[in-house]
Amino acid sequence: MNRADLETMAQREVQRQQTFRCRILCCASTPCLSSGGSAVHDAIKDAIKEGGFDADFQAVATGCMGPCSRGPMITVQTSGGEDVIYEHVTPEASRQIVAHHAAASPAPVEYILPGDIPFFAKQKKVVLANSGFIDPERLEDYVARGGYTALGYALREMTPETVCREIIDSGLRGRGGAGYPTGLKWDMVRKARGDRKYVVANGDEGDPGAYMDRTLMESDPHRLLEGMAIAGYAVGADQGFLYVRGEYPIAAKRLERAIRAAERRGLLGSRVLDSNFNFRVDVRIGAGAFVCGEETALMASIMGMRGQPVPRPPYPAQSGLWEKPTLINNVETLGSIAPIIQHGAAWFAEIGTAKSKGTKIFALAGKVDTTGLIEVPMGITLREIVYDIGGGIPDGLDFKAAQTGGPSGGCIPAAHLDTPMDYESLRALGSIMGSGGLIIMDERSCMVDVAKFFMEFCMDESCGKCVPCRVGTVQMHHLLERITTGSATAQDLETLQDLCVMVKETSLCGLGQSAPNPVLSTIHYFLEEYMAHIRDHQCLAGVCTLDQAPITELALV
Amino acid sequence: MSVKTSPPSRTRPRPAAEHPSGDPRFSLIDRTLKRFSFQQDALIEVLHTAQEAFGFLSDDLLIYVAHQLKLPLSWVYGVATFYHFFTLTPQGEHNCIVCMGTACYVKRAAEIVAALQQAYSVTAGETTRDGRLSLSTARCLGSCGLAPVLVLDGAVLPRETPESALERVRQQLMNATHNGAPQPATNGHAFEGEE
Repeated sequence: MNRADLETMAQREVQRQQTFRCRILCCASTPCLSSGGSAVHDAIKDAIKEGGFDADFQAVATGCMGPCSRGPMITVQTSGGEDVIYEHVTPEASRQIVAHHAAASPAPVEYILPGDIPFFAKQKKVVLANSGFIDPERLEDYVARGGYTALGYALREMTPETVCREIIDSGLRGRGGAGYPTGLKWDMVRKARGDRKYVVANGDEGDPGAYMDRTLMESDPHRLLEGMAIAGYAVGADQGFLYVRGEYPIAAKRLERAIRAAERRGLLGSRVLDSNFNFRVDVRIGAGAFVCGEETALMASIMGMRGQPVPRPPYPAQSGLWEKPTLINNVETLGSIAPIIQHGAAWFAEIGTAKSKGTKIFALAGKVDTTGLIEVPMGITLREIVYDIGGGIPDGLDFKAAQTGGPSGGCIPAAHLDTPMDYESLRALGSIMGSGGLIIMDERSCMVDVAKFFMEFCMDESCGKCVPCRVGTVQMHHLLERITTGSATAQDLETLQDLCVMVKETSLCGLGQSAPNPVLSTIHYFLEEYMAHIRDHQCLAGVCTLDQAPITELALV
Repeated sequence: MSVKTSPPSRTRPRPAAEHPSGDPRFSLIDRTLKRFSFQQDALIEVLHTAQEAFGFLSDDLLIYVAHQLKLPLSWVYGVATFYHFFTLTPQGEHNCIVCMGTACYVKRAAEIVAALQQAYSVTAGETTRDGRLSLSTARCLGSCGLAPVLVLDGAVLPRETPESALERVRQQLMNATHNGAPQPATNGHAFEGEE
């Protein structure tokens, strides 16, 4: 296939879609399916068949539409009309919806979700632009929305050097959490010497509370493959690995199917789009280890070894997989590549703030009215996310804190609700952007308990290679356990703080270095809660049991 | 580590010797071995297949995989015990996973675990003595919008409470007693594989 064939394919698919008067898009991502989405999809297909609307109506199973807690979701596209979005759809309601759009019978208004509510209006979809509009299993759907044109353009009109230049100019930074400039990383791998080079997409999204990467892989797999191929061309690699978390079997299956479809059409494999560029992609499935999100551990896992990190330098850009130069990017980072090449670096750089460009996907969860997946421009305030997009805290309770960055991040208290969400501002508050998990907590969440939860997580997930992390996390968890059961003394809090600093400074990899962050940040903002546990034996949120006496006092009695 | 795996090469796979036990499930493993041309870096993929076919990784299985991939047994054992996905002990007839990701945790998933642990006198990560139920916790299944989430025999069940969770598990165990074979839980979507 060449660029002309690609264009023909796109035109043919657009024409095919235009023959339908009405396209009913049903969300078929995990959250909606768990709420009964497959029954809704079946009911719609039946209703179309029974009514004899086969020529006019099309039912499409798409990826995620965003407001997961309002699922199952349906979007109806009519020719010439505006899209109508329906929420909490039941099989009966879906029949009404089909009947309404077929014969202009009254609309089932109680299911309509207005398209101009802040949840949609405040978002800007770049990476997720296709999610919810295309069938992720059909290559044609992606191509009809301009898919693979960026790859074609890069192969034909750009040199590897200019591709790297374009990514540098766009200001794109790694979406995995650390925020390293993506273009600089690409340029480093491009300049590195090696007879073979590799591109790795990091889809090991272990952060509890984050599911952005899963949604992107499930909803728009070709977007990711196109990004990887462009990266391969830019750095001179002919082999890519897609590391998918073991908990995401649907994502792995869809990606494998997408790779086969793309290879069949000559969009991956040998002589991509009739150029001299070859690029193969293999999927590797993880086996449940959080530490494999760390790049050196991830590479060990790809090579069939235990996922234990190794000291850097040498960085993967110099010596990675099988000691060859390797480019590792997060899935969301690679998802931003095709739009940048397509619309230009300047377009992308206009979105966001001075130092953090573009958009960021957050998995909004916890105690907010509407939870789900959102993509917002960098620099939006936390208040806008919680109160406008999320619709505020349910049950009339007050906002207490937002947790970003999962077990490597920290909490943002109510006093900082107006903080812009970008890499620098979050770091200044002692948290991190992280991969994009955003958990909102209300008055009923105990911050000491939350810190303990994350410490338990890090303790379980420590790979055991270096002592500070292996032993330190156990000790920190033990101290937090004492605070929440009421057996802690003021001395314990001091020990905890010392230990946090020590583990942070001496651990080998990112897991250990960031494990103390949730504790440090909750101590910083919610010291009075820690003191209430220790001094007054009181858990203000009513979560902790505090049924034990302090150990030193016991000794005195 | 002195042993290193080699990068993938596209050479012709050599035929696998048939397993002496004649167990047809070994041919599933052999197929994966062939698909990856007996490359040592495919160890994790092979273990995935082995666990899917046999339910858990027995010593025999680990020895077989080590032999086929020409890897030291200690290496294979190290990998199998490092990753949470692999289990070296047989699993119960039914499988209940409670998500303990952050979103589920702040919506009190811990209470669900406690209720199940008490009702079936089993600790999370273990199987009941009669081998009927394996209870485990997971760190985020990525369905945070539906927290707290329970996965019962592969079906994702959204927005559970301790009471509803107990009822679901009770029903699931009952169903199987009546029909003789485990049934997928109703009102939920199959978690693994959509077709």
